[in-house]
Parts: sequence; C-alpha cells; structure tokens
Amino acid sequence: MDELIKYAPDLAEGFLENVKLSLVAAVASLILGTILVAMRVSPTPVLRAAGTFYVNVVRNTPLTLVLAFSALGLSDQLGLVFSETPRTNSFWIVAMGLSLYTASFVCEGLRSGINTVPLGQAEAARAIGLTFIQSLTLIILPQAFRAVIAPLGSVMIAMIKNTTVATAGGYLADAAAVMKITFDTTGASIPIFIGLILAFMALTMPIGYFTGWLARRLAVAR
Amino acid sequence: MTSVLFDTPGPRGRVRNHLLTLISAVAVAAALFWVYRGFDAKGQWEGKIWQPFLEADTWEFYIIPGLIGTLQAAALAAVLAVAFGAIFGLARLSDHAWIRVPAGLVVEVFRAIPLLLLIFFIFYLAPNMFGGGDYAFIAVVLGLTLYNGSVLAEVVRAGVQAVPRGQSEAAYAIGMRKGQVMRMVLLPQAITVMMPAIVSQLVVLLKDTALGYIIAYVDLLNTGFKILPAVHFGSLIPAAIVIGIIYVALNMALSYVANLLERRSRRSRKTSAKPVAPPGAEAIGLRAGGGLDNTD
Repeated sequence: MDELIKYAPDLAEGFLENVKLSLVAAVASLILGTILVAMRVSPTPVLRAAGTFYVNVVRNTPLTLVLAFSALGLSDQLGLVFSETPRTNSFWIVAMGLSLYTASFVCEGLRSGINTVPLGQAEAARAIGLTFIQSLTLIILPQAFRAVIAPLGSVMIAMIKNTTVATAGGYLADAAAVMKITFDTTGASIPIFIGLILAFMALTMPIGYFTGWLARRLAVAR
Repeated sequence: MTSVLFDTPGPRGRVRNHLLTLISAVAVAAALFWVYRGFDAKGQWEGKIWQPFLEADTWEFYIIPGLIGTLQAAALAAVLAVAFGAIFGLARLSDHAWIRVPAGLVVEVFRAIPLLLLIFFIFYLAPNMFGGGDYAFIAVVLGLTLYNGSVLAEVVRAGVQAVPRGQSEAAYAIGMRKGQVMRMVLLPQAITVMMPAIVSQLVVLLKDTALGYIIAYVDLLNTGFKILPAVHFGSLIPAAIVIGIIYVALNMALSYVANLLERRSRRSRKTSAKPVAPPGAEAIGLRAGGGLDNTD
C-alpha cells in the first residue's frame, strides 16, 4: 500500500495523459470513421475501394506497429512534426496513430449498423417515392444510429485501453510507462497495479453502462 | 450498382455518378502522388535501402525467426486461451453460485484490464516469484491468455445460451442428466455457432502478440522493425512496409477463415442456434454482411 501512496501523484499524472489521449482520439476517430463509412457506402467505386483498402489494411495491422511507425517512420524519418517540443510532438503523433487505427473500427461499427436495417425498410421507403437522400435521412440512418450506440461504446472502451500502447509511439508519460518506470525501482507492486486497473475501470465501465442503457432505451422494436 | 439504397440511375444520375467517380479518382491519385513525392523527397525509393529484402540473409536471420517467435506466442496463447475460455465460460453457466460468481468476476476483471498493463505486471512479477531469467515470452503468452480467454469465455457462454431452450428441455425430458445435456446436446450445437467468433478473436490475439515488442520479446515486430533497421541503416520504412504486409496477410487469411466458417454455420442444419456475433469492438465488421449494404 505504501508504494501506491508514495507514487500516486506520478501515476495520476500519467493516467491523466491517457485521459487526454482518449479525448483527442475519440473525437478524431469518430469524425474520420464517419468519413470512411460514407466512402464505403457511396455510389462511387473508386471511393468504395479506397475506403475498403484503408480499413482492411489498418484493422489488420497491430497497433504497436502503427504507433512505432508513426513515431520512428513518419516523424523521425519523413519529418512529420507537430511541435518542436519532443514531448508534445510525441503526444500528437500517438494521438494521430491511435485515431487512424480506431477510425477503421468506428467505420466497421457504423457499417454494421447500416447492415442491421432490414431490406424491407429501404424497399418500402423507395416504394412510397422517397428520394435517396430522403430515405437515407428519414428511414435508414435514424435506425442505423440507434443500432450502433452499443458497438461504438465498445470501440471507445477498447480505444481507451489502447492508449496504454502510447509507449510504442515514444510517448513515455502515460500510465503504462509510469507504471513500468515505477516497477523498475519498486519491483512489481500489486497495489499500484490494482490502483491503475481501478482507474481504467472507472473510466470504461460508465461508458459501457451508459451506451448499453442508451442502446436499450433507443432500440428499434422489430 | 446493385444496392437497394439506390434506384437504377437515369441519364442525369449516371452523368453525376461518372463525374463523382472521376473527381474521386483524381483525389485518390493526388493523395497517392503526394505520398510518393513525400517518400521520394526523403530518398525512400532508393534501391539500396530496399536491397536487404532481396537477400536471403535478411529473411533467414531476421524476418523468419521473428515470424516464428510471433507464431509461437500466438499458437500457445491461442490454445491456452481457448481452454481458459471453455472452462470459465462453462463455469459461468454453472447452477452453483460459488462457481458461477467467482468465474464471472475473473472474466469481467481480466476483460477490463488494458492488456499492456497486464503484460508489464506479469513481466515484473515473475522474476520476484520464480527468480531471475527471461520472462518476456511467458508474460506475453500469459497476458494474451488471460485477456483473450476472458473474451472467449463470454463467447462460449453466448454460444451455449444461443441454443434454443427447447433443446435442453427435450434432453431433460428424455431423462438425460445435467452433464449429458451439456455434453451431448448443447455443446455440439454451440461449438458450430461460436467457431466464427472464436476465430475472429484469434485474429485479435495474433495482432496483440506485437505488444511483446515493448518488453523486448523477440517477435516479428522486434526483429523486423527494431533490429533489422539497426543493421541495415536507413531501411526503417521499407522494413515497416514489409512487416506490415506480413501481418496484414496473416490476419486477413484468418479473417477469411472466420467468414468461411460463419457462412457455413449459417447454412448448417447441424445446429438450431443462430451464429454468435464476434465479441467486443476489435472484431466488429468481421461478420459477413447480410443487410442493406451488400455492395462489396
């Protein structure tokens, strides 16, 4: 218990970095994922192919490789620099890699939502003379959005847990890195480990319950 | 266009679609050209940094051993995770609260822990308990087992619960005991429906072996992305591309198997249950589409 109390300020500071990364990646990946899913269901073959290619490649690449490549490849070799301060630069590089990675899962989540709308709904919409835009905005999307609340909640939970991989992107200030540094001096400490797990659970569990509750409340009765 | 979302476009619609196609083709080409130029400006297309990947030594001493390391960890963790999942999944279905509740607790906790924290913890705890040595392999395998096993436990539970109640009621009615019902009626039907979800989770497991890179486990990412570029100076980006292709190919092959199994279990008459959706966020989209967006 003593180790946890002694190192709590450092660990809390590290955990705050995870929260910050999560916030940035949540916003960015939701925006990018929506753009990707629009590409994947668009009537334009080129855009569909580009979206499918991106999603399949990124989804099947380990996050560790994505982040390590962003840091060592994109930033160090190809000169993609967000800030002159190395720490700030690493933060944004990791946030970028995490967003690019999570966006492919957001895209697949949204697409699976569109898939849950029964064919008959779209056929009925067209039969009563609604245009493409009308049937999309009045019939399909309202039902699809409700179906994706819970899956998107799980994507966000996975993303929050994935912020710990920031170490691979050279950002050594997050909770996992701080825990490792602390373990280097104290050895494996069960109180510290449990404390951090509880912190992560405090972050992820409300999201799970809230999205689950919202999904049930808004579920389309079929 | 075969999508039910669209009417077959008329003349004006066709012109508009062609125009859109043209514009997006130009946009995609421009993006690709921008990447090409970016690489070119930094000299990433020079033959000498790609040369190592044409030499047998590179493959023999770096990439293949790394790949073996990755596959070893993945294979062992997969077997252990499936066993863990089967035991805890069935334990969660037990009639006895003293088995069901602890099993549920274990599953929920290990599912919620960020995997890297778990691996770090095992990596630092093992030397304390068992003396010095290299525990990278054990930490990776054990971490993957506990996390993915917990996810698989949920799959097993969902699979058994997906078998209609009438099946077990009928089995009890003809006088089978609890164990017999599970072994002879529920599990054979449940395994068929949970296979696709299990294989999708194995894709996640294979991908997550790359976390071993962070604790210096000798896997594909480590030999290919850390050691290889250190030996062949400047080959970092080619190395990332080659390794990325290997990972993507491995995972897509596994995903393909999952899709195949899914389609088979949809057709199968050996089971009365509906296929189990793949677990968690990581597997979203591996499910074969059957709804509106059947455009690809």
